[in-house]
Amino acid sequence: MTPFKPVLLEAVGVPDGYTLASYRARGGYAPLESILREKQPADVVEMVKASGLRGRGGAGFSTGLKWTFLPKDHPGPIYLCVNADESEPGTFNNRFLMEDDPHQMIEGTIISSFATRATTAYIYLRYEYPHAWNRLQAAIDEAYAAGLLGNNILGSGFSLDIYLHRGAAAYICGEETGLIESLEGKRAWPRIKPPFPAIEGVFRKPTVVNNVETMACVAQIARRGVDWFKSIGVPADPNNPRDPGSYGPKLYCLSGHVEKPGCYEAPLGITLRELVDHFGGGVWKGRKAKAAIPGGISMGLFTEAEFDTPLDFAGPGRVGCLGLGTAAVVVIDETVSIVDFLHNSCRFFAHESCGQCTPCREGTSWSLRMLERIRAGKGRLKDLDLLLELGNTMGMMPGSTICGLADGAAWPIKNAINKFRDEFEDYIKRTNPEGWMVTDPVPALQIVGAH
Amino acid sequence: MIAHGRRVLTEEMVAEIEALAPRYPNRRALVLPSLHIVHKALRHVPLDAVVDIANVLGFPPAEVQDTLTFYQFFHQEKPHGKVRAFVCRSIACALRGGEEVLEHLCTRHGVEAYGTTEDGSLTIEPAECLGACDFAPCILANDDLLKNLSPESAAAAVDEVKARTP
Repeated sequence: MTPFKPVLLEAVGVPDGYTLASYRARGGYAPLESILREKQPADVVEMVKASGLRGRGGAGFSTGLKWTFLPKDHPGPIYLCVNADESEPGTFNNRFLMEDDPHQMIEGTIISSFATRATTAYIYLRYEYPHAWNRLQAAIDEAYAAGLLGNNILGSGFSLDIYLHRGAAAYICGEETGLIESLEGKRAWPRIKPPFPAIEGVFRKPTVVNNVETMACVAQIARRGVDWFKSIGVPADPNNPRDPGSYGPKLYCLSGHVEKPGCYEAPLGITLRELVDHFGGGVWKGRKAKAAIPGGISMGLFTEAEFDTPLDFAGPGRVGCLGLGTAAVVVIDETVSIVDFLHNSCRFFAHESCGQCTPCREGTSWSLRMLERIRAGKGRLKDLDLLLELGNTMGMMPGSTICGLADGAAWPIKNAINKFRDEFEDYIKRTNPEGWMVTDPVPALQIVGAH
Repeated sequence: MIAHGRRVLTEEMVAEIEALAPRYPNRRALVLPSLHIVHKALRHVPLDAVVDIANVLGFPPAEVQDTLTFYQFFHQEKPHGKVRAFVCRSIACALRGGEEVLEHLCTRHGVEAYGTTEDGSLTIEPAECLGACDFAPCILANDDLLKNLSPESAAAAVDEVKARTP
C-alpha cells in the first residue's frame, strides 16, 4: 500500500504534543485566525460541505449538510455538542485525539461553532476517560488564556465558551439525542425524531452533535484545504448518484487477536486485511483469523474470506454488515467459538439497552438468555430461527425502536448466525444431544406467559 | 424546601455545584454534575443527598432520583470501595483474557462481581468497553488505567493502587 503520513495523529509521540505551544508550532490555530479575520460562517459551511467530510461517529452523515439543517437567522442560542462518549466496543480513536492532541479538536470545535453560529459548545466526555478529561481541561484553560476562547475571540466579535461535561458510563449517551437528554440532566432516553436536534436539540434550542474525530477533520480541512482532503480516500461512485464518497484520512482502531493492537491512521478504503497485516503485524501467535468486527461490534462480522473488503463507508455494507461504524476492527482467531462471541455481544447490548422501547429491552435481554441457555448445553436448533426473528424485527430499520441501538444489537446476531450457521448447529447438537431437535417452548417462556 | 433528616451536602459541595451553574441555561442540567460531585466525595449518593441536591437545584427529589437510577454508575445503598476497579469484559478484552482477570480478582478478594470487600478497600465491577482495547485486557482502577493484564499481574496492579489510595 502507498505510504501515508499521519495527519490527525501527527502529535502522537511528539514530546509535549498536547500543549498549545506544540500545536501552534505544527501550524495549529493559524487557520482559525484567518477564518475569523476573513471568512463568514457560510463560507466555512461551504468549505466543509465541499470537502465531502462525513461524520466519523458511526452514521457517516455529511457534516456540512447536517450544519445546513439549522434554522436560518435563528436568534440563538445555538449549541454544539461534541460527542466524546466513545463507548462502542473496540473503539478508542477519540481517546488518542483527546489525550495526545486536544488542541486539534478544540480548534475544530471553535471553527465548527463559528460556522454554525454556536456560542456554547459542550464536550460530552465518557466517564472512563479521566486522563482525556485532564488533558482536555488543561487545553481548554490554555485556549482561554490565549484568547482563543471566551468573549470576542481574537478581536473578531465571535464569542464561544467550551465546557466539559462528564457522562456516567452509559453507552446510550453516544446516541445524539440520548446525549442531549443526559446533558439536560435526565435519563438518557433517545428522543423520537423529528424534530431533529438541528431544529430542537439541547435545552430545546437548535443543536449540532458532532464526533471528536469529525472536529479534528474540520481543523485539518481548514489548515490543508478541501483539495487535500478530497485527494485522500475513495471517490464517489459515478454510477451511484446517492454515494457521497468516502474522503479523507480515518483513524482505525485495531484490537483483539493481532500482534500489534493500536490506533492507526490510513486513507479511507484500506482493506481489513491490509490493516491487519500492514499495521497489526498479522494475526497473533501465528494463528489464522476466523472473523473480525469491521467497525465496532454493532456493525456485525466479516468472515476471514471477506477481509479484502475496503473499510470505507460503502464497503462493509456490501458483505452484509451494518456499515463502517466507528472503524474499530477487532480480530477473532480460529480458536474462538462463535457462540462465545455472540454471547459476549448479546450481553453487552442487554446491559446497555436503555429500556425505553420494548422490542429492544426485551429483544436484547432474551437474546442474551437464549445464548446463556445454548452455552449451558440446552440449546435447540429452533433457537437459531428465534434469534434471527429477534434480529430481523428489533431496531430502527424494521421500525420498532426509537434509536439504532437495537439495530446494532441485531447485526452481530444476524451476521453470526447467517455466516456461521454450521458452527452454531454443530455446537447445539454436540452439547445437547438429547434435546437439540425439540421445538416445544422452553419452560422459561411458559413462566413468562403466566404473568 | 422539603424537610428531611440529615444534611449530607457540605458547603464545599454546594459551592462546587453553584460554580458550574453559569455553564448551563437551566439548573436541571446540573443534576449529573451534582451527582458526580457527591459521588466522588462520599463514594455513593444516599437518598438524603438526593433530597439535598433537589433542594439546592430547586425541583422535586424524585426527578434527581429518576436520573440517578438510570446510571448504574452511581452507588446508593452504601459506598463503593476506596478503590473502584472496573474490569473490562467487552469483546476486545474478553478475547485476550478479560473474563479470567475478572474471575481471578473476585476469587482472590472473596467477592462476587459488583461486590465490595468487607474492609471497604475494594469494589470489583465488570465494565463494558473501557475504550482501551489497545491495552486489552485492562482495568480502570479509580483514575489509573491498568494495561495488558494477566490474572496475576492484574492482582498485583490492583494491590498497588490500593496501597497508595488513602
